[in-house]
Amino acid sequence: MNAKTPSKLEKIMAAGHFGVTSECGPPRGSDPDVIRKKGELLKGYVDAVNVTDNQTSVVRTSSLAACIHLKLIGLEPVLQMVTRDRNRIALQSDILGAASFDIHNMLCLSGDHQSFGDNPQGQNVHDLDSMQLIQTVRKMRDEGKFLGGDEIKRPPKMFVGAAENPFADPFEIRAIRLGKKVEAGAEFIQTQCIYNLDKFEEWVRQARDRGLTEKVFIMAGITPLKSVGMAKYMKNRVPGMDVPDDVVKRMADTPKEKQAEEGVKICIETIQRLKECKGVSGFHIMAIEWEEKVPDIVKEAGLYPRPQVD
Amino acid sequence: MIVADRKPIEEIIEQVKDCKKVLVLGCNECVTVCEAGGKKEVGVLASALRMYYANKGVDNRVDEITLERQCDHEYLEEIREKADQYDAIISIACGVGVQFTAEKYHAIPVFPGVNTCFLGVTEKRGLWTERCQACGQCILAYTGGICPVSRCAKRLLNGPCGGSSKGKCEISKDTDCAWQLIIDRLKAINRMDLYEKLFSIKDWSKDRAGGPRKVIREDVMI
Repeated sequence: MNAKTPSKLEKIMAAGHFGVTSECGPPRGSDPDVIRKKGELLKGYVDAVNVTDNQTSVVRTSSLAACIHLKLIGLEPVLQMVTRDRNRIALQSDILGAASFDIHNMLCLSGDHQSFGDNPQGQNVHDLDSMQLIQTVRKMRDEGKFLGGDEIKRPPKMFVGAAENPFADPFEIRAIRLGKKVEAGAEFIQTQCIYNLDKFEEWVRQARDRGLTEKVFIMAGITPLKSVGMAKYMKNRVPGMDVPDDVVKRMADTPKEKQAEEGVKICIETIQRLKECKGVSGFHIMAIEWEEKVPDIVKEAGLYPRPQVD
Repeated sequence: MIVADRKPIEEIIEQVKDCKKVLVLGCNECVTVCEAGGKKEVGVLASALRMYYANKGVDNRVDEITLERQCDHEYLEEIREKADQYDAIISIACGVGVQFTAEKYHAIPVFPGVNTCFLGVTEKRGLWTERCQACGQCILAYTGGICPVSRCAKRLLNGPCGGSSKGKCEISKDTDCAWQLIIDRLKAINRMDLYEKLFSIKDWSKDRAGGPRKVIREDVMI
């Protein structure tokens, strides 16, 4: 696959290297130092940083504003956009806004339902769904046109991504659904956090059989567990998460003070195993409010130093 | 049918506490089937209001009428002669009936006695569930006869989202995942080819987004 945009993340994966991304959740306030500090921790260890868009439907600083802060300190942001809060007018407008700051990566999502957040009485929009958002940004980029058909002066140059959850039900349509996202125009996929490696590898196999891994960069989602409590919470409370019993047991069998270390170890083992999985092009390390661990994980998983591309 | 649910009596009383003559107006259609606004519920609400006024020691009159429908001129005209004598009408039809009554009896306050909820079915007595949001452009031919607009919490046209688990929606274990139902049904009718197709961006101008809607049929106009 050849790079089509100025995105560094795209160039790295197009050159055959594993791409590495991480995530930065904007604060529940307007202090830009919170974003900058998280960004500084990741600098040099990842190719790009996703900025979440009001994740779990809790109000935070906007993704676009936080992306700009990261860009200004020299990081490459991935603008996450959910279809929950904005209609097609606002989405296209924000894509242009991001493009005006030369933000070159975008992840198209539907977003968690608002009932999980701090405004459960709010409306949701869902004028488009995530696949239609992919189509929208690809049309804007490739045809230089708005959804309404008018020409865009200086179209956006976004490397377009989507999320997939290989563990959600029904499992048998997950690879088909990935195919639909690719058809819509997704160029990279970041997956849900992987703890059930067998199931993940089966999903990648199905994607391979459909020829999808030749068309899209799959970045495996990795989240270090901090404690057995977190493992249980992820298993029981987070929709669509698959944490097998043996992972929970491994954390539970570890003394409390060593659990965080064990969680990181599991992460590194996961990356090492998935590096051998044909069709995996990179890793998306989501260390939730634990960004300081990302450099260690990247180094110990043999993903450091990061490749340099023009 | 249009499914409605009863409003708390306190909310209704708040509207009519100072009225001397009140008419409770029921409807013999959908709200009768969902046991929120038919003749039986008119009787219950009228009795509750009479007790309220009696306890306050106020001399008051509460009358009961249930029309065949409140969404047609001919039935609403049946109260033309009597309507003027009331200080207030409490319509326990759906929101359509409340509004049509208010439009027709311009100088009389009309209050809603139910909350109009959705277009749905009786799954069993006491359980009504949503099926349609009247989006104005039906897509059921492509989704196995199951509507993602009304039954998916994110109204995804290319679902399911990542929150579908064991056939249930991420918002509640009591809510079916619409896309699981769609896939099960498409398999049953051997039409999974429909699932493989990308659903293009929907024209929501036929939905409420386009403003108040009309159906005009000159062929049946008199």
